[in-house]
Amino acid sequence: MNPADSASAMRAIGEILELHAQQTVLGQDLLLPVLHAIQDRLGYIPPDAVEGLAQRFNVSRAEVHGVITFYHYFRSAPPARCTVQICRAEACQSMGGDALLAHVRQALGCDLHAHSANGDFALEAVYCLGHCATAPAIMINDAVHARVTPVRFDKLVATQVANLATATDNTREAA
Amino acid sequence: MSARIYVPADSTALALGADELAAAIVLEAAQRGIAIELVRNGTRGMLYLEPLVEVDTPAGRIGFGTVDASDVGALFDAGFHNGASTHRLALGLVEQIPYLARQQRLTFARCGITDPLSLPDYLAHGGYRGLRQAVTMTGADIVAAVTASGLRGRGGAAFPTGIKWNTVLRAPGAQKYIVCNADEGDSGTFADRIIMESDPFVLIEGMTIAGLAVGATRGFIYVRSEYPHAIAALNHAIQSATRAGLLGLDVAGSGRAFALEVRKGAGAYICGEETALLESIEGKRGVVRAKPPLPALAGLFGQPTVINNVLSLASVPIILDKGAQFYQDFGMGRSRGTLPVQLAGNIKNGGLIELAFGVTLREILVDYGGGSASGRPIKAVQVGGPLGAYLPPSQWDTPLDYEAFAALWAVLGHGGIVVHDDSADMAHLARYAMEFCAVESCGKCTPCRIGSTRGVEVIDKIRAGTERPQQVILLRSLCDTMLNGSLCAMGGMTPYPVLSALNHFPQDFGQVAGDAIAA
Repeated sequence: MNPADSASAMRAIGEILELHAQQTVLGQDLLLPVLHAIQDRLGYIPPDAVEGLAQRFNVSRAEVHGVITFYHYFRSAPPARCTVQICRAEACQSMGGDALLAHVRQALGCDLHAHSANGDFALEAVYCLGHCATAPAIMINDAVHARVTPVRFDKLVATQVANLATATDNTREAA
Repeated sequence: MSARIYVPADSTALALGADELAAAIVLEAAQRGIAIELVRNGTRGMLYLEPLVEVDTPAGRIGFGTVDASDVGALFDAGFHNGASTHRLALGLVEQIPYLARQQRLTFARCGITDPLSLPDYLAHGGYRGLRQAVTMTGADIVAAVTASGLRGRGGAAFPTGIKWNTVLRAPGAQKYIVCNADEGDSGTFADRIIMESDPFVLIEGMTIAGLAVGATRGFIYVRSEYPHAIAALNHAIQSATRAGLLGLDVAGSGRAFALEVRKGAGAYICGEETALLESIEGKRGVVRAKPPLPALAGLFGQPTVINNVLSLASVPIILDKGAQFYQDFGMGRSRGTLPVQLAGNIKNGGLIELAFGVTLREILVDYGGGSASGRPIKAVQVGGPLGAYLPPSQWDTPLDYEAFAALWAVLGHGGIVVHDDSADMAHLARYAMEFCAVESCGKCTPCRIGSTRGVEVIDKIRAGTERPQQVILLRSLCDTMLNGSLCAMGGMTPYPVLSALNHFPQDFGQVAGDAIAA
């Protein structure tokens, strides 16, 4: 992270802490809500934030680091522009989840827990999205899709690729 | 008069395009100059029909499913908005669809009928009658009613809810808590999610009654991060209930306080274990606590705590409203009331089926499920989540009853059923059970943390045919250690899917005639 980005991230984290501290005593039980708020705002939890959080919650840095790394949901690095999570649990396996995963690997050109060659897509495993009667299920960014076939997956990815291209064009124009 | 059209906002319906469908209906109606009133209801639980569109008629609601946005023009052409049921997707009166008509909806009585976010709608359909009853009773009388109903924990462990509440009622403590375990992480389960999204007030009402019963003034609902729609619905409903004086300092004019807060999990399966969940609410890693002390005596922040599953708490309002005897009259043996069966996986008609205990697995799979989705024979069903046993066809005449399942060395658990057709490789699924345990173990106890990894290795050797008879003995020994030496159900029950797969489907583990696999 360059220094300017880092400063703005730390400012954002400071605001989040103030907001929570206004409402109630900042006990350790608010650590998870604060971590969620940081990830919602920044997309991840910068490792630089650990020390400040530890001081603010009056716990050790090891404790904060331990909490961040224990939970699969929290990220310590910026996410890809598009994250694909594919359900690996039993109900989705029973409806061709393994074949779908093989297709997704090929379509994105990457394995689980890895990024596509251009870095736009990240592929992650997830264990149950709660749509087991309409399996298999995947999540693309924040949206869940059920009864996903390879054909449907390709359409969903094509939409994402188009969205990313538009977003890139808009950023260029703005610059 | 404008036509009233219902399109579910349940997240399964959304995952199948319900928002696009709703938008298409509104647009098409506007273009045709037809006045409609669009209601975003919850799901009826017939997930195989989602998105299920309903239209109000004088005779009742008529259903159309599975509807895609591309069907909307033809539906209007066929006059569906006037209640005409000539379109090929027409299902007739929704309440008369056998899948639904044959159910006994107690806990899920309102799901799909009401607008989940509307408090007036909830009240108009019998909502808060349980709480009105509860505020006239002493805590001990409420606990006695729940005990007499025979309600047992619906999260899987089936511990009698009233007995747990009584322990908390009698425990001395400055601040008691009600905690709802909504960390529904098991594959094949979605009943908690449906309650939270399709009838959130019933959970809030149940928790409020629990608070009055044991003298707790604060409650937490711990919801997994994979359920953003449930979190949003609950937060919305909590605000409405608070504004209406049904939560807060003076609950329904009782002079007693109860405040409720949603806490979001962060993708850790183990937090569905009650003590790990309490650690997580306290802002720590979700590491399992040793018991004793029981959470009922020293739970959240060390205080007496009722911790119950969503469905246990959501079943309380109807018990208080209609009386313990009404609820107790459903069921068989020591399994009283209804079980929300969740039928999932490779099944034609998957969804939520609420029935009194006692129905057989075969009735569920055949009469409701209609056989496998693939059309191939069903090979095995896993009941009770990833830590439940696989049952072969010879065991499908077992009634859904906690004790009947325990007698088969299986678990009924929360009633989640995942169906596999004959293409399933049971050795692969056994390996997956060990792998899942390795990924999700909290790491506190050795049998779970290390045993699961060793289990993957041993099953790999069995599948590769390397010293198979010896490795099978090793696998059984390892499972014995996990079963008896783990701190909680994560390591302690992973042997259920593994050994049931090995015992019922030895051929998938490479057994040949005369092989000593069953040693």
